[in-house]
Amino acid sequence: MSVASPIVEPVTEPVAAVLDPRLDDESRRWLVGLRAEGAEKDAAVERLHALLLRAARFEVARRRPMLPHLRGGELDEIALEAAGDALMSVIRRLDDFRGTARFTTWAYKFALLEAAVKLRRRAWQGRELPLEPEAWSLLAGGGGADLEAEQSELLDAIRRAIESELTPRQREVLVALALNGVPIDVLAQRLDTTRGALYKTLHDARRKLRARLDEQGLSVGSFTEETR
Amino acid sequence: MTQHPDIDQALVRLLGPAGPEIGCDACFEGLDRYVELELAGRDVDAALPGFRAHLVGCPACREEYESLRALVAGDGAA
Repeated sequence: MSVASPIVEPVTEPVAAVLDPRLDDESRRWLVGLRAEGAEKDAAVERLHALLLRAARFEVARRRPMLPHLRGGELDEIALEAAGDALMSVIRRLDDFRGTARFTTWAYKFALLEAAVKLRRRAWQGRELPLEPEAWSLLAGGGGADLEAEQSELLDAIRRAIESELTPRQREVLVALALNGVPIDVLAQRLDTTRGALYKTLHDARRKLRARLDEQGLSVGSFTEETR
Repeated sequence: MTQHPDIDQALVRLLGPAGPEIGCDACFEGLDRYVELELAGRDVDAALPGFRAHLVGCPACREEYESLRALVAGDGAA
């Protein structure tokens, strides 16, 4: 059984490889336009905003079934706001574009992120965050499921490890994110931190749980294999 | 895996992926490249190690990955 490893740093490409020489023509045209002056730049920025708005509306449409209480006008306002924020991010970070993907793919991700974060926060607006272990019933007895003895033992061991091994902060973050289903961006906003910092806390908590289960000889690997 | 999908999902949420993983910031940085390599049928695990594991461990990053993949795939099909 393997214990979760530390968060690994990705291999960063040398700065000298600022732009991939195989950059496609369309991406090159985007860069030329956005780095131009006057009317040429204005036209490129307008095109970029349209591209980002399309991506933001795409994200809103995907999430619409999960937001039945929001009207179409409210959703489009969120898409417009997301596109505007993404436009600023893309222009601010233009020099970070390395050409390892098409420019449009690189730009899309900013609009999708902005829209997704805004929609998650909007869905939880005004709701009290469940930071206490409301879903302990799952761990306490499998939520009524007819479990094998081995599974019950594993769930019980996890519950004990959450109580004994984690710091209060790690417990709060793990319970909110993993047990109570609070979106990470919502929790980050309420705790005045970032998604990355919260995920690090969650990751450290998970490592501790895995290490404790490992000490007890409980097998968890087969439950959490990556699949796609 | 157990016979109970809800418990399997809870275990994944609680314990995260088994292998090494990158963090959320690195995930965002590499997301565009990951999606394009994957859609091109390339070996994404060799190119961006720890990325797939993070998508298992982080529901928010996974949602954004799925959206970008769908959006780019739709562009390619258009």
